[in-house]
Amino acid sequence: MPVALSMTLIVMPALNEEETVGAVVAETLRELPGVSCLVVDDGSTDRTAEIARAAGALVARAPYNLGVGGAMRVGFRYARDHGYRAVVQVDSDGQHDPASVPTLLALLDDADVVIGARFAGVGDYRVTGPRWWAMRVLSAFLSAFTGTRLTDTTSGLRATGPRALTLFAQHYPAEYLGDTIESLVIAHRAGCRIAQVPVAMRPRAGGTASHNPVKSAVYLGRAVVALIFALVGAPRSVAADRLEPKAAP
Amino acid sequence: MNPVTYALGIAAASLTLVVVAEMLRRRKLRERHAVWWVLAGIVALAIAVFPGLLTAASNLLGVEVPSNLVFFASIAVLFLVCIQHSAELTSVESRMRNVAEHAALLELRVHELEQRSSSGDAS
Ligand SMILES: Nc1nc2c(ncn2[C@@H]2O[C@H](COP(=O)(O)OP(=O)(O)O)[C@@H](O)[C@H]2O)c(=O)[nH]1
Ligand SMILES: [Mg+2]
Repeated sequence: MPVALSMTLIVMPALNEEETVGAVVAETLRELPGVSCLVVDDGSTDRTAEIARAAGALVARAPYNLGVGGAMRVGFRYARDHGYRAVVQVDSDGQHDPASVPTLLALLDDADVVIGARFAGVGDYRVTGPRWWAMRVLSAFLSAFTGTRLTDTTSGLRATGPRALTLFAQHYPAEYLGDTIESLVIAHRAGCRIAQVPVAMRPRAGGTASHNPVKSAVYLGRAVVALIFALVGAPRSVAADRLEPKAAP
Repeated sequence: MNPVTYALGIAAASLTLVVVAEMLRRRKLRERHAVWWVLAGIVALAIAVFPGLLTAASNLLGVEVPSNLVFFASIAVLFLVCIQHSAELTSVESRMRNVAEHAALLELRVHELEQRSSSGDAS
């Protein structure tokens, strides 16, 4: 049986997304009755947090920018400490359709991490240039490494089941691209199963993407470096070195 | 050797040691970071006072130009200290990240508790 929506925490990393976050939170709560929604805002200079809170989301604000990886780890920790069974990462810019969340949750029965893949046939999401190449190379590597066909390893739409959730609450990487690439390596090494499901992507509902052409050009190189480091890094396990004491519920 | 050069060497080495000692005294430098600088300062002072030491060491190691030994040793020390600093920076960053994440969760919790208590007051 899939994880109930009431046991699911939607985590939305949000950096300066005041234009979209309100509508995305509202849509999520409407589409997914009973779900909890946590917006993690780390150093937005606009009204992202207020708007998200007004729309009905829980809001965690970090004192400075942690990147998507740091924001997600806040989400995983919150989920672990409050007994949620699944975490689904959804972008706060409106690119992900909350209606696809149940599809992801359904797959958590047989997998620990489910990626909503943007290029797997559904929708017409397109990326070009070095970013596209980087994504292709990464997907090929990670497919071979994990033994599962993965076509979109940098997707920000993914569901995490109970086992991977505990792992990620401790070890979710914060390095650039670590949240997408290294997290899959860590999960696979810890014995978690990874699966993907095709999803349609929508255009950004407003605001601007956090990357630009220059950043995209650097992306390929950094992605490969990130992958190499992830592969040579020491394996993490769920039980090992639990640094922080569990907060009282 | 020219007496001015001789004096200059001693002055420079002593200055390094005095600066390090003073920073340690004012707690602006922790002992574990000062070790390298104290060692380097002592070696520099010893060589400045007794230049023969450097020549002897060079002969012993087969280094033809003694000053090259100085360069080699200095670069090696700086290199190791740099690596040590990078490693410490990494661990400081990761601890800061932990603290920041913790702060975010605590803030959320405070907010939840505040709401709960204010709604409790109202009822
Ligand atoms: N908390 C947080 N969220 C971020 C950060 N950078 C990007 N995001 C969020 O991550 C999501 C994806 O970012 P986006 O720029 O749209 O990247 P793309 O979807 O991969 O093109 C959006 O919801 C952003 O608001 C960050 O540094 N911190
Ligand atoms: Mg986006």
